[in-house]
Amino acid sequence: MKDAIHDAMIITKRQILQLARVPELLVFSTIQPVMFVLLFRYVFGGSIDTGQPGGYVQLLMPGIFVQTVAFTLASTAVGLAEDMKKGLIDRFRSLPISRGAVIIGRTFGDALLNILVLAVMAAAGFAVGWRPTSGILQTTLAFLFLFMFGYALSWIGILVGLSVKEARTVQSVGFLVTFPLTFLSNAFAPTTGMPRALQYFAEWNPVSTMVAACRQLFGLENEFGATANSWPSQNPLETSLLYMVILMAIFIPLSIRKYNNYSN
Amino acid sequence: MKSVIAEHLVKTYRNGEVKALNDLSLDVEEGTVLGVLGPNGAGKTTTVRILATLLKPDSGSATVAGIDVIKHPDKVREQIGLSGQYAAVDETLTGWDNLVMFGRLYHLGRQSSIDRANDLLERFDLTEAARRPIKTYSGGMRRRLDLAASLIVKPKILFLDEPTTGLDPRGRQDMWQVIQELVKGGVTLLLTTQYLEEADQLADEIAVIDRGTVIARGTSDTLKKQVGGERLEITVEPADLDKTNQIVAKISGHATHVDLRTVSAPVLHGSKDLMEALRAMDDAKIHPLDIGLKRPSLDDVFLSLTGHVAEETVQEPVAKGKRGSKR
Ligand SMILES: Nc1ncnc2c1ncn2[C@@H]1O[C@H](COP(=O)(O)OP(=O)(O)O)[C@@H](O)[C@H]1O
Ligand SMILES: [Mg+2]
Repeated sequence: MKDAIHDAMIITKRQILQLARVPELLVFSTIQPVMFVLLFRYVFGGSIDTGQPGGYVQLLMPGIFVQTVAFTLASTAVGLAEDMKKGLIDRFRSLPISRGAVIIGRTFGDALLNILVLAVMAAAGFAVGWRPTSGILQTTLAFLFLFMFGYALSWIGILVGLSVKEARTVQSVGFLVTFPLTFLSNAFAPTTGMPRALQYFAEWNPVSTMVAACRQLFGLENEFGATANSWPSQNPLETSLLYMVILMAIFIPLSIRKYNNYSN
Repeated sequence: MKSVIAEHLVKTYRNGEVKALNDLSLDVEEGTVLGVLGPNGAGKTTTVRILATLLKPDSGSATVAGIDVIKHPDKVREQIGLSGQYAAVDETLTGWDNLVMFGRLYHLGRQSSIDRANDLLERFDLTEAARRPIKTYSGGMRRRLDLAASLIVKPKILFLDEPTTGLDPRGRQDMWQVIQELVKGGVTLLLTTQYLEEADQLADEIAVIDRGTVIARGTSDTLKKQVGGERLEITVEPADLDKTNQIVAKISGHATHVDLRTVSAPVLHGSKDLMEALRAMDDAKIHPLDIGLKRPSLDDVFLSLTGHVAEETVQEPVAKGKRGSKR
């Protein structure tokens, strides 16, 4: 166990070194979320009247936070697929290191990157008028939720990365999953305008429950959508937590098994 | 003692449609070099991956350093070094970063990892490039770094999968030298290659494989004898072909082979025969477009061992039955 953590840390450190050697990587992974903050704030923010004190940006920021951490799925998958393709994973596998250390290390690395990205986004949000009103404790808890959500999703990314051969395919798969999930949700607009069937989907969508949980933790009214009486909309914190636990319980063992299964 | 033993390995892909290994057996005596020689698609990489615990065979068994690769892959990994067909290092990191990382993964301490990295970089002539990202390395430098990474804990058994494929002649020479030094140090080596010359240079014994099975085995001399040694080859203008044919036939004493503008035939005395041919050509006032001795290539080995050329065995289902029909 001690060895496993040691090995995973070496792999994590490798990712940090990559960022140090190629700082552009860091710039690109933070520039997109900052761009989203600015675009939504100034392009849509002016024309969407939410009646929300403090303006649309208060509702918007949780959505962008969740969307950004959701993309961890794709970035984890792409990073791993590239390592697979270059034969680096084979080399790691031929070393006498602990089972799973390589993929655990990668999830740690991507989680660290998420902390940084969240910090940059929070600063950008603050600059354009976003102000959480719930106090330091709840705000911290919100970020902890976001961090955990990203971490849970990166385990799906691991399985995708181990299963798909081409890094480019992985990228497309990642976007195909995350885009509909983030837009079929309450992240950017209320779900009231959607057809009934989509509303149900949006309601149970983990992105929605996460956004709602964050909004609540940042001190906003629980703005969920049309069918506001359902269980996930009443209990977004609990639902989100449940989703994360379920995701990890499924994908961690599946990924480790896939990594160690070398019949192909 | 045998350091590597593979027995009756079978490995299929795509639910049995592609037979990568078909009852392959080989062994490597401790402290010697086995060259596994075969064309693209023969099953070299598959063999290496099985022996290096990266792949499970469908059936058959293998031991490395006396340890079963299927039952105790973890223990095997402690004994081996592997440098795969494509340099498998982190391209964004520097050579130094990579070696230190691998040292740490082998559970060397921080300082030992650094020392070992510096040693290896120096030994492989990479000290100057040590702080540059691998992306900027030439093909030869990459391969050397990749090899260095597989030597971090001084493994007793080393697998090198096509270590010089894709390198220019200079890079190939450098690599050969590096490998020869390793062998002097007493490592047991299994090396795969597509070049007879490479196996000839580096290996004590050669196993020729084709379509997933060993079709010939022996020292490079025995194999060459089987193939027929060197050939004299002269290319001339079509008008001079007949005369040239006579000259070559006389020197060789064997049947000649005429192909468009080239006449060739086996010769026994190498350069002496070449000189004689030059003199005879000069006397006959024929100016050869090209003249030389040709060592048997993999193609020649294959032609004489199997009766078909060493073509790529892309075993697409459609291509089945077409194999071996060329020539
Ligand atoms: N993952 C795979 N899926 C399907 N076929 C494969 C796979 N890997 C190798 N093969 C096939 O198995 C055969 C042997 O491949 P390989 O061991 O890579 O040969 P070599 O290294 O000698 O070029 C080839 O026909 C190749 O196409
Ligand atoms: Mg190969």
